Amino acid sequence: MTETTAAIKGEMLDVGTSLLDAVLGYLVVFIGLALLMVVIIVVGKIMVSKMKKPAAAPVAAPVPAAAAPTPKKMLPAAPGAAGEVKIYDTDPRDAAIIMAIVADKLQKPLNELRFVSIKEVK
Amino acid sequence: MLESLWKLVQESGFAMMLSGDGWKNLIMIIIACVLLYLGIKKQYEPLLMVGIAVGCLLANVSALGGFSNALYHQELWDEFLKEGGEHAHSYGYIMANGGLIDILYMGVKAGIYPCLIFIGIGAMTDFGPLISNPKSLLLGAAAQFGVFFAFFGATLLGFNGNEAASIGIIGGADGPTAILTTTKLAPHLLGPIAVAAYSYMALIPMIQPPIMKALTTEKERKVKMEQLREVSKTEKILFPIVVTIFVVLLLPSTAPLIGCLMFGNLLKETGVTDRLSDVAQNALMNIVTLFLGMSVGATMVGSNFLELKTIYIVVLGLIAFSFSTIGGLLVGKLMYKLSGGKINPLIGSAGVSAVPMAARVSQREGQKANPSNFLLMHAMGPNVAGVIGSAIAAGFLMSMFGG
Repeated sequence: MTETTAAIKGEMLDVGTSLLDAVLGYLVVFIGLALLMVVIIVVGKIMVSKMKKPAAAPVAAPVPAAAAPTPKKMLPAAPGAAGEVKIYDTDPRDAAIIMAIVADKLQKPLNELRFVSIKEVK
Repeated sequence: MLESLWKLVQESGFAMMLSGDGWKNLIMIIIACVLLYLGIKKQYEPLLMVGIAVGCLLANVSALGGFSNALYHQELWDEFLKEGGEHAHSYGYIMANGGLIDILYMGVKAGIYPCLIFIGIGAMTDFGPLISNPKSLLLGAAAQFGVFFAFFGATLLGFNGNEAASIGIIGGADGPTAILTTTKLAPHLLGPIAVAAYSYMALIPMIQPPIMKALTTEKERKVKMEQLREVSKTEKILFPIVVTIFVVLLLPSTAPLIGCLMFGNLLKETGVTDRLSDVAQNALMNIVTLFLGMSVGATMVGSNFLELKTIYIVVLGLIAFSFSTIGGLLVGKLMYKLSGGKINPLIGSAGVSAVPMAARVSQREGQKANPSNFLLMHAMGPNVAGVIGSAIAAGFLMSMFGG
């Protein structure tokens, strides 16, 4: 790489070298992030498949229904509710206001919307 | 008595202002006041802008009071940088003879402050949207176009390779990265580059929307994107470790920035280092921001700053920002086509890194086209990818021109 460019500290670059350096730099950034994307996709696939396995296991296992305690997340939602919302770094009161504003803007009843999580963007 | 009074008048900064290069310091004092106005009244990146302005003000006011009273001594740093000189690279010499800002500036010179700020940024950043949609990384890469476009433009305007690389990195829209790169490659340009970088970051809501409207159609802006998948805690913990190993092995010169960014993020995500994460996000970040702002501002002394080069840097910085936005939008449009209209190209402009300002602009423009559009979390992916992208771009430039 260093042989193809005049990358010497403080040296003036001619147009061709400068253009070559610019293209090379952009390619390095692109290729670097594209490779990182592949790595993250692979790690993500592994994690998703691992998460699915434990979820499938209880279905296959013949556990007596009466003996099994009902997990908290399996409890039926309150009438009119549409699932649970996870709140991170946000005051519950603010979260409630945000959900009400979103419902108002969309002009849809709150119980027809599903909020997955609310997080303060810092 | 009269003699004593006359001596006092002659030694005052007001008298010095009218002799020699004193007028340059006077202009810099006015510029510092303008920056204070922009930071306080217009709230342009106030946390750094106010510090930079005060650093500039103190350096120029104290310079008029003579060498012994100055808080920042450009002469000491000139000797520090003089290769083969008696005091070349001698921090001891600076400690013995420097003022307050000289001492603080050693943190910039050694590249410590930008790295500490990156720890804080990492601790404040949620990479969840990027992990759930890794394609965002391509938008973060595309939005580094302005860095290399401005680099090329700067060489055409007569800047040398080191200076052009430092100017180009303004397009990364990442203040600490721009400061670290400039400190390593062209320290004499630190003042104008830092001011340009932070000013344009603050002006993103004004710079980006016209470009976004020009390059996208109403139909494209209206696209509603599918909800992102939920990311597990384990994935969030693995992410900084994987990125550090992969990116630093790929480009070792990114180690200071990527290493610190991911270290901060790991503190946040582990769940067992909450106290450290809290310190990184608040106390450490605030202290370093204070020191960084003042010491960078102090480099804006009249003799260095009032040059034609400064105007070129300001213009090239704007070009860099604009072309980074264009790069992100064009790849966003390509992804819109390839996905069959499922990706809103507006999230491409968020790849310019300025977190979370650029993502907010994407959200706002998307909602203008379609009030039921919520692009914020989708835009946060390219936005944080831009931080990694600009660090890689900086790493590339430092490895090419760092000697």
